[in-house]
Amino acid sequence: MPELADRGTEAAATGRYFLRFTREQRTMHAVLFTTFLGLAATGLPMRFSESFWARKLAAGVGGFGAILFLHKLCAVVLTIAFLIHVKEVLQRGLVNREKGIFWGPTSMIPNWKDVKDMLGHMRWFLGLGPKPRFERYAYWEKFDYWAVFWGMVVIGFSGYAMWFAPFFAHFLPGWALNAVLVIHSEEALLAVLFIFSIHFVNTHLRPDSFPMDMVIFTGTESEEEFREKRPQEYARLAAAGKLDSRLGIAPPLWLLNFSKVVGFAAIFIGLLLLVLTLTAYFS
Amino acid sequence: MTNAEGEKARLVVCCGVAVAGVAFLILGTNALRAQDCLTCHGDLSMTDSAGHSIAVDGQKFSASIHGSLQCTNCHADIQGYPHPDKIAPVDCKTCHTDEASQLKGSVHADSKEHPCTSCHGNAHEIFPKTDARSAVYPLNVPGTCGQCHSNNGMAGKHGLPSVYPNYIDSIHGFALSKEGLLVAANCRSCHGSHRILSHNDPKSPTYKSNVPKTCGNCHAKIDADYEAGIHGKAVAGGNLNAPVCSDCHTAHAILQPTESAFRMQSTPICGNCHKEKFSTYRDTFHSQLGSLGGYVETARCWDCHQAHDVRPASDPSSPINKANLIATCGRCHAGANLSFVQYQPHANARDRKLNPGLYFVRLFMNLLLASVLTFFLLHTILWLIRSRYHQVKNSPRRAANGGNHA
Repeated sequence: MPELADRGTEAAATGRYFLRFTREQRTMHAVLFTTFLGLAATGLPMRFSESFWARKLAAGVGGFGAILFLHKLCAVVLTIAFLIHVKEVLQRGLVNREKGIFWGPTSMIPNWKDVKDMLGHMRWFLGLGPKPRFERYAYWEKFDYWAVFWGMVVIGFSGYAMWFAPFFAHFLPGWALNAVLVIHSEEALLAVLFIFSIHFVNTHLRPDSFPMDMVIFTGTESEEEFREKRPQEYARLAAAGKLDSRLGIAPPLWLLNFSKVVGFAAIFIGLLLLVLTLTAYFS
Repeated sequence: MTNAEGEKARLVVCCGVAVAGVAFLILGTNALRAQDCLTCHGDLSMTDSAGHSIAVDGQKFSASIHGSLQCTNCHADIQGYPHPDKIAPVDCKTCHTDEASQLKGSVHADSKEHPCTSCHGNAHEIFPKTDARSAVYPLNVPGTCGQCHSNNGMAGKHGLPSVYPNYIDSIHGFALSKEGLLVAANCRSCHGSHRILSHNDPKSPTYKSNVPKTCGNCHAKIDADYEAGIHGKAVAGGNLNAPVCSDCHTAHAILQPTESAFRMQSTPICGNCHKEKFSTYRDTFHSQLGSLGGYVETARCWDCHQAHDVRPASDPSSPINKANLIATCGRCHAGANLSFVQYQPHANARDRKLNPGLYFVRLFMNLLLASVLTFFLLHTILWLIRSRYHQVKNSPRRAANGGNHA
């Protein structure tokens, strides 16, 4: 585990842990991936209803009625979570005037450094330059965030348009009712393929974090990992003398074990759905 | 009349009666009565030299429809007792000429393979078809035909499908076997009895263009609806590609149309001809959810188009005529309005001319999907290779253990 990475043998090990994600952020991620898995597991059988596994999966959760109900249930929970998040961001940024929400090194808004980081990262892939020094949120993490953000707006809107089609027909032209299914299913397919392959690998399965980056579950990471993965943020905090304000505690063993069970279950379900999706897509 | 004339007449009558009496006595002693035959054949264990039973149950015979006849009425070559060992087979058509002429030319014409008794049962125990003991009583007909037309029956030898199991599990079969409905269709309701013709014979009630009338014998209203619809008119006009009842409902395994099994199986049947419409239907939510099984209320072809009185959209009485769409869609979608019914249940997102908006939406979504996935797939693969290389190069010992932040 990165958090426990050979602490005894590593010369630089300090035993200090730093907070990366608050409890609210981790809860948001947990709600997000639970409902996302639920939406994918109930949505894919509808998208690929002709495939050999669709009817079995549908029957497994209690038939088409149950599948549609669960899909809508997950959608409503995710919508509420999304609205809470938007309210939170606006509150912190606009009402509380908190710095670093909309601009600056800790913001989710992409900036010029992200462009340079991305190009630099790719040069590094090819051995043409040094590895970029990433800030609090690296460019691919921002992409993940905005992909999910955009995805929820698009999939959510098109989903509700189908759910309450006669109501939405008051504002939408007739052909839009046809379009929302195309938009909903294509965007959802992109989300499923992206999360279950790219996000899994980029965040969890790549050698630096293999087999899972636990920080999204435990909230804290070791000083070495912090310094390695986000040197720019570490340096910025150190220079400002603010490192201590981010000090956290080492994750307790129960939390690590619990996180492993939940995390691996999520990855397993995701990969299973990915395989089913790919078999249906290419058959 | 004078006295003398009266005497003369009385004498003639007396003589006539006497002659008749003598004749009756002479002939009567030679003629065999059923009781006489039963003296031997009433022994129920009696067999011929080949071991076949030649016994007759006298009680059953006298109760049967032929009970008032004498044995020699049918076994006409037997004159008296003792009779020869070999006697001619009984020919039913001697009396039943109409049935015999109908049978001739039918699929059961070969009297060796299909003797009358194969359907009517034991020749000495035949009851009228209105009698529950009869093998051709309505409730007994499927079992009688099923002796041959089932898995192990004769039909297999002739390459005919095993229809009995299909029929008996059908809505007709249930009505007959479970409810005992005498009006439920049994084999002969559709195929007739003696004059059964192949469904390839234009005179057969099961010939394609005759099927609607045959089913309409009972289902009169549905037949009227069907005849008024586009399929009925096409068949009446000689287009045998148009569907008749049995194309959707099947001939024997007919299901209750409200059952999920029927709802699941019949949409592709329409798709056999309406390929393009079926393919575009499968792109819609109606089909996607509908194919998942269970009792599925999502719209199938006939929910919008009607099942029997199918009419083109241009027909004002068609449920898919523009003027009727709000009512038709509104049957499921409460609150359907004029804008809602602009939805196209057969839109083709691949057809740029027909559905330009949808075409470009799909194109955009596909390009988005392809470009995002292509970029990140490349990005991730290169990253994986590079991190692993970096890891192995910088720390070969730890690399063997996997995971560490390179």
